[in-house]
Amino acid sequence: MNKKTLFLQGNEVCVEAALYAGLDFFAGYPITPSTEIVEHLASRLPQKGGCFIQMEDEIASMCAIIGASLTGMKAMTATSGPGFSLMQEAIGYAVMAEIPCVIVNVQRGGPSTGMPTSVSQGDVMQARWGTHGDHAIITLTASNHQDVFAMTVEAFNLAETYRTPVILLLDEVVGHMREKLLMPEPAEIPLIERLHTSVKEGTDYHPYLPREDGRLPMSDFGGVHRYNVTGLVHDMWGFPTNNPKIAHGLMRHIVDKIENRVSEITRVKEYFLDDAEGILLSYGSSARSALHVVKNRRKSGERLGLLELQTLWPFPAELVRERCAHAKYVLVVELNMGQILQEVKKAVDDPSKVFLANKVDGTFITPTDIRNVIRLILGKGV
Amino acid sequence: MERYRIIFSGSGGQGVIMASIILSEAAVLHEDLNAVQTQSYGPEARGGSTRADVIITDTDIHFPKVTQPNVLICLTQDSYNRFSGIIRPGGLLLTDSNFVKQERKVDARQVELGMYKAVMEKIGKPIVFNICMLGVLVGLTGLISAESVIKALETKFPAEFQETNRKALNIGLQLANSHK
Repeated sequence: MNKKTLFLQGNEVCVEAALYAGLDFFAGYPITPSTEIVEHLASRLPQKGGCFIQMEDEIASMCAIIGASLTGMKAMTATSGPGFSLMQEAIGYAVMAEIPCVIVNVQRGGPSTGMPTSVSQGDVMQARWGTHGDHAIITLTASNHQDVFAMTVEAFNLAETYRTPVILLLDEVVGHMREKLLMPEPAEIPLIERLHTSVKEGTDYHPYLPREDGRLPMSDFGGVHRYNVTGLVHDMWGFPTNNPKIAHGLMRHIVDKIENRVSEITRVKEYFLDDAEGILLSYGSSARSALHVVKNRRKSGERLGLLELQTLWPFPAELVRERCAHAKYVLVVELNMGQILQEVKKAVDDPSKVFLANKVDGTFITPTDIRNVIRLILGKGV
Repeated sequence: MERYRIIFSGSGGQGVIMASIILSEAAVLHEDLNAVQTQSYGPEARGGSTRADVIITDTDIHFPKVTQPNVLICLTQDSYNRFSGIIRPGGLLLTDSNFVKQERKVDARQVELGMYKAVMEKIGKPIVFNICMLGVLVGLTGLISAESVIKALETKFPAEFQETNRKALNIGLQLANSHK
């Protein structure tokens, strides 16, 4: 073994990865099952010169990371369902004001305070539409510790690239599970740093005037340029306006910068899809049960495959349609009442061949649960 | 190697989850095996039923939970009543005679040992009950070496606890030996 082997909880892996990505500032309020992220960052972040603040609640936490990010820091918060609800208004502000930041939501049973120590993937749609108004958002997820590491770093990279909040949707099983992590070497995973403006001090800086490639170079707030930041529709100076032309341009910009780059943003993992008659489509911890089924059934010659999504939003509809085009059936495996199911149905040519294997009782979906649904689809008894 | 699917069950505060972490960490870091550890518990800090699942093998592990254990450890009557029915045929069912009365015959090797009693008599601290139980487990199964468990204990706990931990582990190993 050349690389350093660690045996960690998923939440600890998220911490290691955030530090690897260059996290400077964390503000949060501990909540099960994400508490270990807050706990470990409280000691680890100050050790490397970063700033950790435990806030009075999740509203303040979200606002604090927005402020920190504007001044040039890589900023993150972590929470679970109830806290994620409180953050929604400020997430919308970060979308509108185009402020890079990372929000980790280790999902638990909901709605409301729900089941704090139980697993769920019920916040998929909240990640997409939790904050009001038309907007685009990036949401990533992961099923194992090596991928939790990679996707956490990716979340920071995408936040900086697209000047947007990025949501990392983990769940209780992945967050609390312990397994091996081969710690990536420094610089093994490329890091994307903030695009700073080249406009010098004393020269007019337009904070919201995109370059030709659509990107908006930033100037550290409180530094050499004075500018306005608002959640209101704003012009290139950052000042509020009701001008319909500017409003339309801004709306198109904040949606198109993400929705037009779906293929660049999409991360998926594919297992045995080439000849698959049945395709399981899953993400997060439930993809582990799905992969277990696929590998086991392959041994007895059953042509099953798995499409594991790591990017949930923007939804990779074109890729899903393409990969599922020749399958006899598609079985979506998720721990909610069919949130990604509906997206898959919208994406594929024949929605009647898309089925759901799910669980919403706080327990984890087993390979037997999935196999039973497959037997029903194939017309065999359970 | 054989795939070990282990369930540790008991009551919050008995160190059930910590024991599962030490075992799986020792397997990964000191024996180059693969392991996944998960746990389920209620919102309470102490009391309430606790369960930790550990899978140890030399191949990939995807589904991280244990549905049918080949090693089942029950440290309360309640956990024995709940889980003894799901043991894999030919597996190992280990209970502590102070807390559990094995009322039924199952198709498994049933071992009742006075681990708690031995720890209280020889060390007097219930806090290392779980370490003694780990000693019995590695002694009976040979799953990993006692040295690897000791290495994991050394990195997890401060120096002043090593002596007591080692003692507790040895009590467990002896109990296992006398039962063979």
